[in-house]
Amino acid sequence: MTRGQTPSQTVGPFFAYGLTPEQFRYPFRGTASNVIAKAATDGVHIRLEGQVFDGKGDPVPDAMIEIWQANAHGRYNHPEDDRKDNLLDPDFAGFGRVGTDTDGRYWFDTVKPGPIGDGQAPHINVIVFMRGILSHAYTRIYFADEAALNAEDPVLARVGPARQATLVAGRDETPGGVVYRFDIRMQGENETVFFDV
Amino acid sequence: MTKPNYAPRDWQSQPSYRFPDYKSTVLRGPTKPLVTIAASLSELTGPVFGHDAVDPLDSDLFLNAQKNGAPLGERIIVSGRVLDEYERPIPNTLIEIWQCNAAGRYHHDVDQHDAPLDPNFLGAGRCVTDDAGRYSFRTIKPGAYPWGNHPNAWRPNHIHLSLFGPSLATRLVTQMYFPGDPLLPLDPIFNSSPEGARDRLVADFSLAVTRPEDALGYNFDIVLRGRDATPMET
Repeated sequence: MTRGQTPSQTVGPFFAYGLTPEQFRYPFRGTASNVIAKAATDGVHIRLEGQVFDGKGDPVPDAMIEIWQANAHGRYNHPEDDRKDNLLDPDFAGFGRVGTDTDGRYWFDTVKPGPIGDGQAPHINVIVFMRGILSHAYTRIYFADEAALNAEDPVLARVGPARQATLVAGRDETPGGVVYRFDIRMQGENETVFFDV
Repeated sequence: MTKPNYAPRDWQSQPSYRFPDYKSTVLRGPTKPLVTIAASLSELTGPVFGHDAVDPLDSDLFLNAQKNGAPLGERIIVSGRVLDEYERPIPNTLIEIWQCNAAGRYHHDVDQHDAPLDPNFLGAGRCVTDDAGRYSFRTIKPGAYPWGNHPNAWRPNHIHLSLFGPSLATRLVTQMYFPGDPLLPLDPIFNSSPEGARDRLVADFSLAVTRPEDALGYNFDIVLRGRDATPMET
């Protein structure tokens, strides 16, 4: 190893006009948004929503959440995933980004990912950024209605039963469609499990 | 999985989650140990942004928000290479930057600092690295500004950067500082980086990068996690 890693630094409170400009109506084109499924995207269309809380239980109004996920066929849109048996979907890139609102809330319109076929249950990869965290935090969203696959998932097994629930999004059927709720707790009794990826 | 993994986050280089001198970390930094997971396709893949994600003007912050004239302040060039730990260039990766203006004011609704906005400067830009991992921005040197962390606290001049690299594992958000800034040793965010690693956050002045009659030049290389040639022993 010849060069040391560049240290991470906090995203700070003022990223919105650079990283999520369209969401917050700044005059700059965005590279990503929280609507990542198009009408033509294959799979079950879902709303993923939640709130971010700090160690006092107060909502975090200046967090940024990024998600990265496989499509409904369990395929990542990336050269590393070159499996031909899982179909690519031309209408789904799989990356989303959103800033929390004044109540710490966020949402994405996406599709439920399929299992990627290596024994892991369907999941969405999450990266959390905010003023007050110096390195981004990785977590994952699993789905409450996949209990059988969740029970076989190696990552959930490693987390152990006491904290698994922090990674499982609850499912709700609303007049607008299927909603999964996933809150992120930075600290406290139900602190979300974060990963060293 | 038998695919080679990315070298782990090096906690001799990376800040810990809670650093009490930076007060906001106390209630926001995770307190429980991170759970280490073996890399799967979920971590070895990540979003891909092509050159079509950026407009050429996006990397020129001096020009990209002009309304009725030039923004005020000292024009600078910030350029460098994005590399991995093994000094391999990382081509075709998105870099997004944002910063305050020359007076130390962010173009953000929440910034309350009593310094003027510049109608001709937004302070946001992006570019994609070339085949040799190189990038370049032209901008205005950002000002220092006060913040509420402790009495008479001032942030040193800095530019925020966000990078993806080839996978989820290589994601990085960081800040670039300027050489010789007297505020650096007083800044808890800068000091959150372990001693020995924090100098990597300071750009070098470069006459070679400096554009005659136009802008002073700074060189800033960014080093992301590298992919092991051989699988790690555990």
